[in-house]
Amino acid sequence: MADTTHEEKPEGEGETRRDFLYLATGAMAVVGAGSVMWPFISSMNPAADALAEAQIDVDLSQLSEGQAITVTWRGSPVFIRHRTPEEIEAAREVSLDDLPDPQTDEDRVLEPQWLVMVGICTHLGCVPLGQRSGDNRGAYGGWFCPCHGSHYDTSGRIRRGPAAANLEVPDYEFIDDTRIRIG
Amino acid sequence: MASTGKASFSNPVVRWVDHRLPVFTMMNREYGQFPTPKNFNYFWNFGALAMFLLVTMILTGIFLAMHYTPHADYAFNSVERIMRDVNYGWLLRYIHMNGSHLFFAVVFIHIFRGLYYGSYKEPRELLWMLGVVILLLMMATAFMGYVLPWGQMSFWGATVITNLFSAIPLVGDNIVIWLWGGFSVDNPTLNRFFALHFLMPFVIVGVVILHIAALHIHGSNNPLGIDPKGPQDTLPFHPYYTIKDSVGLGVFLIIFAGFVFFAPNWLGHADNYIPADPLVTPAHIVPEWYFLPFYAILRAVPNTLGGVVLMFAAIAVLFVVPWLDTSKVRSCRFRPVYRQFLWLFVLTVVVLGFAGANPPDGIWVVISRIATFYYFLHFLVIMPVVGKLERPLPLPRSISEPVTKGGGPLPAGATAKPMEKS
Repeated sequence: MADTTHEEKPEGEGETRRDFLYLATGAMAVVGAGSVMWPFISSMNPAADALAEAQIDVDLSQLSEGQAITVTWRGSPVFIRHRTPEEIEAAREVSLDDLPDPQTDEDRVLEPQWLVMVGICTHLGCVPLGQRSGDNRGAYGGWFCPCHGSHYDTSGRIRRGPAAANLEVPDYEFIDDTRIRIG
Repeated sequence: MASTGKASFSNPVVRWVDHRLPVFTMMNREYGQFPTPKNFNYFWNFGALAMFLLVTMILTGIFLAMHYTPHADYAFNSVERIMRDVNYGWLLRYIHMNGSHLFFAVVFIHIFRGLYYGSYKEPRELLWMLGVVILLLMMATAFMGYVLPWGQMSFWGATVITNLFSAIPLVGDNIVIWLWGGFSVDNPTLNRFFALHFLMPFVIVGVVILHIAALHIHGSNNPLGIDPKGPQDTLPFHPYYTIKDSVGLGVFLIIFAGFVFFAPNWLGHADNYIPADPLVTPAHIVPEWYFLPFYAILRAVPNTLGGVVLMFAAIAVLFVVPWLDTSKVRSCRFRPVYRQFLWLFVLTVVVLGFAGANPPDGIWVVISRIATFYYFLHFLVIMPVVGKLERPLPLPRSISEPVTKGGGPLPAGATAKPMEKS
């Protein structure tokens, strides 16, 4: 670059007013570029209509003991199982030391007979089997992910396989005796 | 740029244009007279084949996009409409579909060529690295393209692969939601994948231009891996290699047409003709064959993050191959020890492919772990160590020498009148 200034300064003189201006301009440009990029990046996040679908009500009155239903919440399956006393007992007998992701069954349910959780394997997002009668329910009588072989117990906790976490329990509440609101 | 290799053209229009924008001069210099080693074998055909496929994919892709609907409710049916109702839609789609498979086959052979003949070595390191960038872009493009028909494999492939990013500590879940534009793979995901699948090939074209520009600085490597000593070792690219590439292209097109017309779905998965269902995962999710070795590496590690890191590392390690290989000799023809290891490495990749295609149970877990270990051992240990210890065979003095048998090369500075382009 041609030297457009005529001020003579000895080499290695240290910071000058010009250095400061360079840095300040550069920093401003970075901030400016970042703030222009943000709308583009943010536009890829879930839109308002997708967020608006984030709550559903489910009626449980038709679900008898031992049955399970799958409902769609935010585009993902949610497993709701009306557990039998044996299943509850099996889930509560397990010692926490045997669990890769220790969590008591009591912490995973509001009412012991109703197990509500997101039906997405915590490994890489497949839908585990075990909702329909006749499905392979894995070695622990709960759910079994066919993609990479994760076994979940009757509380939806990971017991064996590549997944590291239990099936996620979504936020939900009982709005009356037989209806829940998820989300 | 226009100063060297100035050709004179008889056509006045060409001359007029060339004086203002020397594209004809450039084409003549880079593809007409371009001095090319005269000892290429057919492995040197695959770059041209890859270029042919890139153009084919862009062309068929643009015409498919005229009929495709990027919406979760209509995508599957619009692809079926292309297959049944659109004039020659089946042909365009089958060319595009099988073209993607052959594109990877061709590029894998092209990469193997580079590894075997040491084409990544000084001064072609950057050329090689640009090639790895192209490979990464191709993988992203192929993955997003596979999602567009919105079949079961599309949907669940997209789910599994995007979920890989959830393994990133702390921000993983937010990144995945950002990638999806929702809380699962859904319409916003399909929309952006379509936009990006349309964009990426043009990005690839840009990198390919850089790849070729870098190639034309130092010229091609050759099966002997030694530099041409003068004009007696090279031929002008045209007509010699345009013709040789055309022969290879003809053979390639026979194979291509064989797939398109006789076995169009042979390389695909039947499950992708079932519309996407977010509530049912197919019993056996497998990626397309060209991803299988990497998929096997992913599953070989019992920890999700570890698997993801190793899978990306399996590609990333290619970037540093020019510095991992410590041997001064380029071509494996003169590397009797490393050559064996390289074939063993090829075998390892094939074994990983089979491991990736099979369910991750029992013996396949063990096999994929051993093969994954060897994959990295090859690059990180064998390459540097063998390069130091191996005693290479004597190199010929020039490219001409093995042909002229003892006649010896002309002195390096000699002008070779017989080879001059007329």
